[in-house]
Amino acid sequence: MKKIEAIIKPFKLDDLKVALHEVGVHGMTVTEVKGFGRQKGHKEIYRGAEYVVDFIPKVKIEIVCEADRVAQITETIMKTVKTGKIGDGKIFVMPVESICRIRTGEKDKDAI
Amino acid sequence: MKKTIIPFFVIAAAIFVVGLAGPVFAADAPVPNKGDTSWMIVATVLVSLMTIPGLALFYGGLVRTKNMLSLLMQVFTVFSLCMVLWVIYGYSLAFTEGNAFFGGLSKIFLKGITVDSVAATFSKGVVIPELIYVFFQATFAAITPALILGAFAERMKFSAVLAFIALWFTFAYLPIAHMVWYWAGPDAYTDAEAGAKAAATAGFLFQKGAIDFAGGTVVHINAAIAGLIGAFMAGKRVGYGKESMAPHSLTMTMIGASLLWVGWFGFNAGSNLEATGLAALAFGNTMTATAAAALSWLFLEWGIKGKPSMLGAASGAVAGLVAITPACGFVGIGGALVMGLLAGALCLWGVNGLKRLLGADDALDVFGVHGVGGILGALLTGVFANPALGGVGVYDYVANSVAEYSTSAQVISQLWGIGTTLIWSGIVSVIAYKVVDLVIGLRVTEEEERQGLDTSSHGESAYKY
Repeated sequence: MKKIEAIIKPFKLDDLKVALHEVGVHGMTVTEVKGFGRQKGHKEIYRGAEYVVDFIPKVKIEIVCEADRVAQITETIMKTVKTGKIGDGKIFVMPVESICRIRTGEKDKDAI
Repeated sequence: MKKTIIPFFVIAAAIFVVGLAGPVFAADAPVPNKGDTSWMIVATVLVSLMTIPGLALFYGGLVRTKNMLSLLMQVFTVFSLCMVLWVIYGYSLAFTEGNAFFGGLSKIFLKGITVDSVAATFSKGVVIPELIYVFFQATFAAITPALILGAFAERMKFSAVLAFIALWFTFAYLPIAHMVWYWAGPDAYTDAEAGAKAAATAGFLFQKGAIDFAGGTVVHINAAIAGLIGAFMAGKRVGYGKESMAPHSLTMTMIGASLLWVGWFGFNAGSNLEATGLAALAFGNTMTATAAAALSWLFLEWGIKGKPSMLGAASGAVAGLVAITPACGFVGIGGALVMGLLAGALCLWGVNGLKRLLGADDALDVFGVHGVGGILGALLTGVFANPALGGVGVYDYVANSVAEYSTSAQVISQLWGIGTTLIWSGIVSVIAYKVVDLVIGLRVTEEEERQGLDTSSHGESAYKY
C-alpha cells in the first residue's frame, strides 16, 4: 500500500477532485499549507514597513491506495493540475505500513 | 369710587402689558435653544463613536492577531477611566476660572451644575446647557489619551497603561485644554475695559492668541508627543525589524477609519457649540481636507512605492482630519483643500523618513500622523484663517467685528501653542512614564509579549478558530 502526497496550486483542487473520482479514487485528505520552491513570493508594504512574503499558499492532498494503482493516480494528478508555470507543485509517494478503518476494524487492503 | 377705579385699571393694564413684554425689557439671562442643544447632543454621540469603536478598530486592525483584543481593551477602558475622572475633577480643573494653567475645584463632581445651567458659545447671548458642554468636552478628554495607546502598542502592561493615562490626563491634558480653550465667554467682552479684565482670566495660550478650533494642539500634538516619548521609553517590540508585525486586519482598520471620519464631523462641527453656518463650514472643511489628504497620500504612495494601498488611503484620511482640526472653523474651503493635500504628503513622510530618523518603535505611527499633522495644521491655521485667503478671521468681541488680520502675528501665536504643548506634555510624559516604570514596570515579560497580550494580559482571544 502506498500514500501519495501532492502539493498543488489551490485553484486546481476542484478539477483534481473530479478527475480522481473518475479514476476510482473516492477518498482523500486535504490541507491548506504554505511553501515555496522555485516560485518567488511577493512584497507587502504597510506604511513604512516592507515585508517580503516568501511563502505561497498551496494545497496538500493525501491519498492512500494499493501499490498497483500509484502510476495511474500520479498520472491523473499531473495531467489535471499542470499549468506549465513555475509553482505547479510536486508529488511524493511513500510506503504505508498498515491501515485500519475505525468504524469496522477492517485492515489494510480492505480499509482502503 | 369712580375716580379711583379708572386709574386702578389703567395701572393694572400697564403692569399687565409690561409683564408680557418682560423678557424684552428685563436683562434676563439667555436660555439655550432646542436646535443648538440637539446638535450638541448629537455631536457628543458622534465623538463618542470615534473612540468606541472607531479608534479601537482602527488601531486593533493594525496590530497582530494575538494583540487585537489588548487594543480593544485599552481603548475601551481608557475611555471609561477618563470619563469618570472628567466628571470627578477633570471638567472643573479644565473649564473653571483658576490661573492661566489650571482651573479650580469649584465644579468638582460637577457641583452646582443643574439642568438649567448654561455654558457660553462663541456668540454673544447664545448659550447651550452646561451639562452637554461638560460631556462634549469629556469625549475629547477621553479620545486624546486613547490616541497615545497606539505608540506603545503590543508591549505594555495593562496596569501601567491605566496608571500612566490617569497621570497624563491630570497633568497634561487638563492644563493644556485649560490653556488653549478656557475663557470667560463672549458675553464678558462688553467694552474694552471689561474685555481686558476678561482676557486676563483666560488660559495661557488663549491669552497668547493661539487659535485651535477643535483640538489640533490640545488633542493631537499633545497625544503625539506623549506617544513618541512612550515609544522611546517602553523600548522596541521584541523582534522589531526582523519579524513580521504586519496588520492582521485592514478590514477592521478601514471600518475604524471610516467611523473616525464620520464621527469627526461631531468633533469639528460640534466644536462650534451652536448649529450655525460656521458649523456647516467646519463640516465642509472637514470633508474637503480629509478627502484631499487621502488622495494625496494615496497618489504619492502609488508613485513612490508602486501600489496604492488601503492603509495609505486610511492613513491619509486621518492625516487630513488631524490637520484640519484646529483650522476647521477658521479657514475657507480652499484653505482646507490645500491643507489636506499638504497633510497627506507630509504625514506620508512622517511615517517613513521621519520615523526612521527618530528611531523609536512608534508602533501605530501616532507621532507620524498626529504629531506631524497636528503641527502642520496648527501652523497653517495661522496662514489660512486670513480673510484674504478665504478664512473667517479672528473675531474681536469688543469691537463686535472681525479683527484686522496679521499672518505673522497669528503664526507666532500658533508657535506659542505648538511649543508650549510639546514642552509641557513632553515633560509630564517623561516624568509619568518614569514614575510608572519604577512603581509598576512598563512592559510585560518577553514571554508574555511573544504569546500575545490577549491571552497573557486578558486571558482571552480576539478570535476563535
